[in-house]
Amino acid sequence: MLYVAVATRTFRRYSTYVGATVAGIFTNSVFGLIYSYAYSALWDQRPDAGGYDSIDAVTYVWLGQALLMTVATWGGGTTDDLAERIRTGDVAIDLYRPVGIMGWYLAGDLGRASYHLITRGVGPTILGYLLFDIRLPGGPVAAIGFLLSLVLAVVTSFAIRWLVACSTFWLLDQGGLRMMAGALALFFSGMALPLVIFPEPWRSIALALPWASYLQTPADIWLGKREGLDLLAALALQGVWIVILLGIGQVVLSAATRKVVVQGG
Amino acid sequence: MGIVRDAPRQYAWIALMWIRAALAYPASFWIMTVSSAIITGLDFVGIAIMFATVDTLGAFGLREIALLYGASGFALGLADMAIGSVEQIGQHVRTGSLDTMMTRPVPLLVQVCADKFALRRLGRISQSVIVFAWAGLPVDWTPARAAVALMMVVAGFGIFFSFFVAFSCIQFWTADASEFANAFTYGGNTMTQYPLTIFPRDVVVSLTFLLPVAFVNWYPCLFILGREDPFGMPSWFAFLSPVVAVGLLAVSALAWRTGVRHYTSTGS
Repeated sequence: MLYVAVATRTFRRYSTYVGATVAGIFTNSVFGLIYSYAYSALWDQRPDAGGYDSIDAVTYVWLGQALLMTVATWGGGTTDDLAERIRTGDVAIDLYRPVGIMGWYLAGDLGRASYHLITRGVGPTILGYLLFDIRLPGGPVAAIGFLLSLVLAVVTSFAIRWLVACSTFWLLDQGGLRMMAGALALFFSGMALPLVIFPEPWRSIALALPWASYLQTPADIWLGKREGLDLLAALALQGVWIVILLGIGQVVLSAATRKVVVQGG
Repeated sequence: MGIVRDAPRQYAWIALMWIRAALAYPASFWIMTVSSAIITGLDFVGIAIMFATVDTLGAFGLREIALLYGASGFALGLADMAIGSVEQIGQHVRTGSLDTMMTRPVPLLVQVCADKFALRRLGRISQSVIVFAWAGLPVDWTPARAAVALMMVVAGFGIFFSFFVAFSCIQFWTADASEFANAFTYGGNTMTQYPLTIFPRDVVVSLTFLLPVAFVNWYPCLFILGREDPFGMPSWFAFLSPVVAVGLLAVSALAWRTGVRHYTSTGS
């Protein structure tokens, strides 16, 4: 219940920045337009590139814009608060709390993600739907699968951002790593270009990495490219990465905690 | 006149201070500079991967697109490094630090732009230069083409400079809307990374006359590449970029003055 309260509070915190939300939806939509034309030019020449048709490709563009902030591909979210609290030493207070610090921040991040999904996710999607011929999920299974996959995407992204934020314990500043992580995420999530049109072996490698979870996997479920057992396999791979990454996150945290105690904050 | 003459020196002082501050965490500084080059580099890798699937995009080859990409990225990178901090104006409004700046004997725009000066943005600039140099190798360089290339870089810088200032001014009204400007600055850059032939004619007309981002690289590059304009615009558009840049700078100066006049402190 506590976690729900944390999530709700974070949701409300983000909802106070109305101007930022509107400006963000506008910016996402502009980029959606640009990439729609760029992808259309590509698929005009190769109508079956990556197993997508041109409608799939344009749909993919708008899904990408919708998920960019929800999944926090660039970085950001509650892990930025954590990094700042590590730098100032306030993290010591977090460690005293009688709740798991990781669960606390994860709950907050899920609240943030829900806010971004409802505003910056739905906003550009509606615009994309009005301006272009885009595809909706084929049925309830695809829709539910997409939502499940999206939750897993946010948790995966959180786990990676958590590790980046924890680097502050040692580096005193997460800025550099945060940018580096953002660059990797942007490329390997399929945001820069759908992973399905990468040449082999890059395609297979990228699809197996955790970043595929951010966009490529949910998008493929939405587009109906992964159905039945294949859909379950997609979700399972996302789950496996979460277990691994959150596990590492826990280890890093306890190593860091020992360091904090030695330093006295 | 004294103010205008002092501005570059004052700017340099503030910028130097931020460079020293950034170098206080050298590991982080270098990681950020390299990351900045990698981020923009991956951007180009994305375009290059497209060419694993197709030979041309909008009837342009990879080298030709690289020329557009390098020119636009370089102009944006310079503007971003010089005055990208203007995006933070809303934050200065929210925290009230704009009031503090107003009391100082240095022009407000100089202070806002030099604030948090980020030398790490050299990452993007050097990456664009490399791509541009690679794209420029097969070009048949004449003095006229070299002159247009030089003019393109300066004018492109001016155009993005005015975009940064003008579209950030909206934050005098809505302090939290910093992302709005991104649609025009980074969005304009992304748009001009591709040959404009991928867009419908109406869009290209708007990008020429309404929001003249096409003058950052498109018309000068057509001249450098010796290509006819696919949309039938006159060929002398290639030389118009400096005029466009000066015009936009005037508009952005007006936007800035209006914004500052409108500003009333938040009192926080």
